[in-house]
Order: sequence, then structure tokens, then C-alpha cells
Amino acid sequence: MNELLALFASSIDSGTPLLLAALGLIINERSGVINLGAEGLMLIAAITGFATALATKNDAVALLAGAAAAALFAAFFGFLVIWLNANQYATGLALSLFGSGFSAFVGIRYTQESLAVASHHGLPGLSRLPVLGTALFSHHYIVYVAVLLVAGLSWFLFRSKSGLVLRAVGESPESAQALGYRVRLIRLAAVVIGGALVGLAGAYVSVVSTPLWVEGMIAGKGWIALALTTFATWRPARALLGAYLFGGVTMLQLHLQGRGVNLPVELLTALPYLATIVVLVLISQNPRWIAANMPTSLGKPFYPGA
Amino acid sequence: MLRVLDRRVLPTFPVALLPLLALAFTALPACSKKPSSDGAPAPSAAAPPPLAADSKAAGPLKIAFAYVGPVGDAGWTFAHDKARKEAEAMFAGKVKTSFVENVPEAADAERVIRDMVDQGNTLIFGTTFGYMEPMLKVASDNPNVHFEHATGYKTAANLRTYDSRTYEGAYLAGVVAGSMTKSKTLGVVGSIPIPEVIRNIDSFTLGAQSMNPDIKTKVVWVGKWFDPPKEGEAAQALLDQGADVLMQNTDSSAVLQTAEKAGKFAFGWDSDMTKFGPHAHLASAVINWAPYYQKAIKDALDGSWKMGQTWWGVKDGAIDLVAISDKVPAATKAKIEELKKGLKDGSFTIWKGPIKDQSGKEVLKADEKGEDKMLLGINFYVKGVEGKLPSGK
Repeated sequence: MNELLALFASSIDSGTPLLLAALGLIINERSGVINLGAEGLMLIAAITGFATALATKNDAVALLAGAAAAALFAAFFGFLVIWLNANQYATGLALSLFGSGFSAFVGIRYTQESLAVASHHGLPGLSRLPVLGTALFSHHYIVYVAVLLVAGLSWFLFRSKSGLVLRAVGESPESAQALGYRVRLIRLAAVVIGGALVGLAGAYVSVVSTPLWVEGMIAGKGWIALALTTFATWRPARALLGAYLFGGVTMLQLHLQGRGVNLPVELLTALPYLATIVVLVLISQNPRWIAANMPTSLGKPFYPGA
Repeated sequence: MLRVLDRRVLPTFPVALLPLLALAFTALPACSKKPSSDGAPAPSAAAPPPLAADSKAAGPLKIAFAYVGPVGDAGWTFAHDKARKEAEAMFAGKVKTSFVENVPEAADAERVIRDMVDQGNTLIFGTTFGYMEPMLKVASDNPNVHFEHATGYKTAANLRTYDSRTYEGAYLAGVVAGSMTKSKTLGVVGSIPIPEVIRNIDSFTLGAQSMNPDIKTKVVWVGKWFDPPKEGEAAQALLDQGADVLMQNTDSSAVLQTAEKAGKFAFGWDSDMTKFGPHAHLASAVINWAPYYQKAIKDALDGSWKMGQTWWGVKDGAIDLVAISDKVPAATKAKIEELKKGLKDGSFTIWKGPIKDQSGKEVLKADEKGEDKMLLGINFYVKGVEGKLPSGK
């Protein structure tokens, strides 16, 4: 029982960076822009966050710095694909490659550094509750921020007028423009804010979950987050389920090993990626599922003059 | 990986070499021994590649190191690089060392090692098990270059092996762990299930059981030498399952950091890692490669280099348990000192029967000592280690 609770708790920790990044990408994609550069943005944010934490000794400032750095690069990406109409897929891939090289280059001198580790997190009072205390209330505050963001983003997308506008821009930018909305600016805002969330996820990895800098330490989390947006059919609450599920798969394979279940390590390590593929195949089987939720103009350039 | 190489190799060799190059070219005919690729596919057979020309002419013995991780890993590679620097300082003026870090244990390794030969290095160290086949190949093509391979078992006329008895450090750490655990459950984050790592897990367990025979060890393999986020998650899984003292046979400090976050205990491995988790850190099992590197370089300098296989431990100053925490009881500390003394004078042997494997089968009878040959090929968990060894090995 205790072990199950512990597994649950560490699955949440492990799923949180996936969730934050997926939320950011949902904002992007709801506006019609797909950013395949998530992995690179997370790496840039991870090194920025780590370097800032080292200099300021302040985790909150470090997380914000990571988010800001990613937002900056996302803005540049946005300029290229929204104003210059560069191909979104190719530009995103380039951003991903650039981000991993750039972060490695900047990070050379940080590989030997280490941050002081905070020994206890949690919500005051609640974390001392028996049973649920450990499972639910003893996480880093970003874990709760991520859950609040899910609620906030759901409300924003489906209950607020601005959310409706954002979705309209992603569905039919021409109509949105005809109604007088500035499609390009709205898309840029979505790309920058989404980029900041992706950055927050990256900085969380290097500042909170593993307080070290290592080249390539995001290790595919950006790509899993991209898959998650489809898995979640662009809905924040489903992204939360998916992220915790993927985090759970990661932790479960380590737990199984600790219990002596004899499965090949290599296969276990590949499980989250296999799960991604299976889920993609499953939802692609039903075109209505995707059609009902996928922003119609996702990935397509928009020419306001046309 | 290309990117990594370009970035790392270029700053190591470049500008300072240019004047040397010019000098070397004029002195080239005087070269008694051609340091470059004899059998390697050189662009032109008549003139060796220019970079290769400087080594003998300019004097200092050129030595290169291939590292599997970054020198900043604070663990395995860091320890090698520290010893490299010490050796360079000791033979100041007589040797010139260089290194390439992050060399993957794959096809890239062969190319990097060939490059090292082409750049005129005549003594080349490869510091991870996975370089064994690439080094064998390059060694057979370059009979005039001496190769030193860490932790491998294959040799050639110009390729010898060296290793440290890391299991002695693991055993000593186990003794400390045995005196500190309350849950009687230890956890080890393993890298790749090769004999070296299995031997360390077993020795760690034996050390702990010398304090309390009921202690169990849980193992989680991450399949890599260096993947801090994954090492941290594996450590978390072990803590979740009730382990309260952790050890790792991976190369980063992530396991120690995870223990620090959870308020549990862990060890430093390969290098002193106190600063990464001052509260969780119980001690560091360190490797000191300096004595061997100094011997190897001396052999190469005075021409007495011979093929061989070296396996040094506490006795030779190659292994130690350092920075033992104040939290460790004085009696345990005294015991560690006594064990080290015993290892040095030969009165104490770690692998001495009776030792049973996981299934209860006796692998060493009472008072029977484990031969090096058996230790080098070890492929079983001792009694008290939980779980099955990943298949294949």
C-alpha cells in the first residue's frame, strides 16, 4: 500500500515536466502553430535555469529565467513562421537541433557544478496528513502550479471569450481576421506564452528534479510532450491524465525492477516511447476523434492579405 | 556526436600546435620511429599526415586519453582526468597529454582513437569497457603505439589492461551502510550488468551483511553509465520500496542528490561527492588512478613497457573510502581503518568463503578464497540481493 502511494507520488513528479510542456504546446497548437522545437526550448531553459539558480540561489527566479529564455527563442520562432511564413515543421526541427547544440555549448562550464538540494517540499500542514500527505501534498510547488494551470487553461479555452478567439484563430484564421482580430499577433502571443510554459518544464528538470546540468538531459521529454498533445486531443485535462500516465510508466518499470521482476532493461526503458506510438496509432484509427478536436489550420501558414 | 567531437577536440590541440608543426616538419627525416598510422588508411602513404609529424621530433611523449563521459561528471571520468593532470605535472616537460571526452562506446570510439594515433600520440588510454574491440583493432594496425585499456580483458602485444578493485571500495561502503540502515534494506542503482558492476553490488551486500546478516539489497538497472535524470528516478524508486541507504555504480551524483532530497543516505562513487549532498553523504568510495598512470607513463618513457594486466586495489593506493561522515559511528570508522589495514597487509580478504549465491548454493567453501579469474567473470548475485540478474549476461 505504502509503495503504491509512493509510486503514485513519484509518477506525479516524473509526469509534471511533461504536463507543463504539453500545456504550453496545447496553447501553441490551439492557435494553429505547431512547434516541433519543444525539446530544444526545454534544453535552453534547463541550462538558463540552472545557471541562474547557481548565481542567485533562488529557485523561483531560476524557473522564471528558464521560462523567459524559452519564450525569447519561441518569439524568434514565431516571427519566422508567422510573419515570414517559414515552414513550421522544418523551422521547429531546426529550433530543436539548435537548442540542443546551443545549450551544450553554453553549458560546458556548468557540468561540474551542483545546486544545494532542498530536503523537503510540500504544502504546510497538509503534507503531514497520514497516507495522503505523502502521496498528494508533499511535492514541489510547481507540481501544484501545473495542476492549477490545467484548470485555468481549460477555463480559458472553453469558457472565456479570449479562449474562443484563440481557438477561432487556430480553426479558421480567415474568419477570425474578417471579424477584426489580428491573427498574427494572437498567434505570436500564443507561441510566446506556450514557449514560456515549455521553458518552465525544462527549468524544472535542471533546477528541481535533478539539480545538475548535463548535456541533452531533457532526454526526449519535449518529444513526448508533443505526442501528448495529440494523445490528449488538445484538451488540458486529458494532458494531465496522459502526463501522469507516462510518468507512471517510467516509474513503474523502475519499481518492477526493484521488486525483482525479470524484464529486459532495454525494453522497459523504451516503454514510454512505445506507449506513445500505440496511443498515436489508436487515436488515428478513428478520424472523427482527431477531426473533432484538432485545430483545422494546425501547421498551415496564414497570409492576411490573401 | 560529430558536434561534440568538433567542439572538444579542436580546443584541445589547435593553435599551440601550429608553430610546433613547422618545427616538426623540418626535423621529420630524423624521426626514428614513425608514430602515425602504419596500417591505417592514410590519405597518402608517402607523407604522413602533417599533424602526426611533431611528436617525436619535438621531444615530449604525446599521450591521449579517451573518456566515456564529460570530465565534469564528478565521478568516473573526473577521477581519470584528475590522475591525468597529476601525471602530466609529475613528468612536466617530458610528456604532453590531451583528452577527448564524451566518446561513445560504439563505432565512434574507433575513429576517435585512430585520430589520436594520427595526431602523433604514442601512448593512448581508453577508460571504459566498451572501447575494448575498437582499441584492439587500432592497436593491431599501429604496432608502434602503446595502448592501455581500463576495465577490459582482451590484450595484444601493444595493448594491455588496467583496472581498479572498485569492489573493495564497495565492500567498505557496505560496512558503513550496514551500520546505518534502519530498514535493513539497501538500494543500488546499477548501470550495465557486466561482471564489474555485479561484483560491486555483491561486495557492497557482503560488507553490509558483515554488520548484520539479515540485510537485503534491491537493485535497479538504468542501462547507462551516465544519465542523471534517470539515475535520480531509479534512486527514488528504491527509496519508495523501503531502501534507506543507497549506492550507485553509475557515474553521476544524482543518486546522492535524490537521497539528500528524501532525507536518506547515500555514497559518493569514484570521486568525493560530499558537496552534492552534505547531509545524505556517508562516505565516498574513490578510485585513484594516479599511481597507475604514473607507472604506465614511466614504462613508456624508459622503454620498459610490457604487455600485462594490472588490477590494483586498496593495497596499491588505487582504492579508498574517504570523507566518512560524522554521522557514522566511531566503531564503524575504526572497523573501516582495520579493514583497510587488513587489505594492505593481506590479512583480510573480501571474497573468502563461505559465500552463497542468491539461490543458496555455496560458491565459495569455508576459507576458500575467490580467485581473480572467478571475480573477473562473476555473473551471480550473492545471497541477500533481491531480484534476478537481467538476462543475457
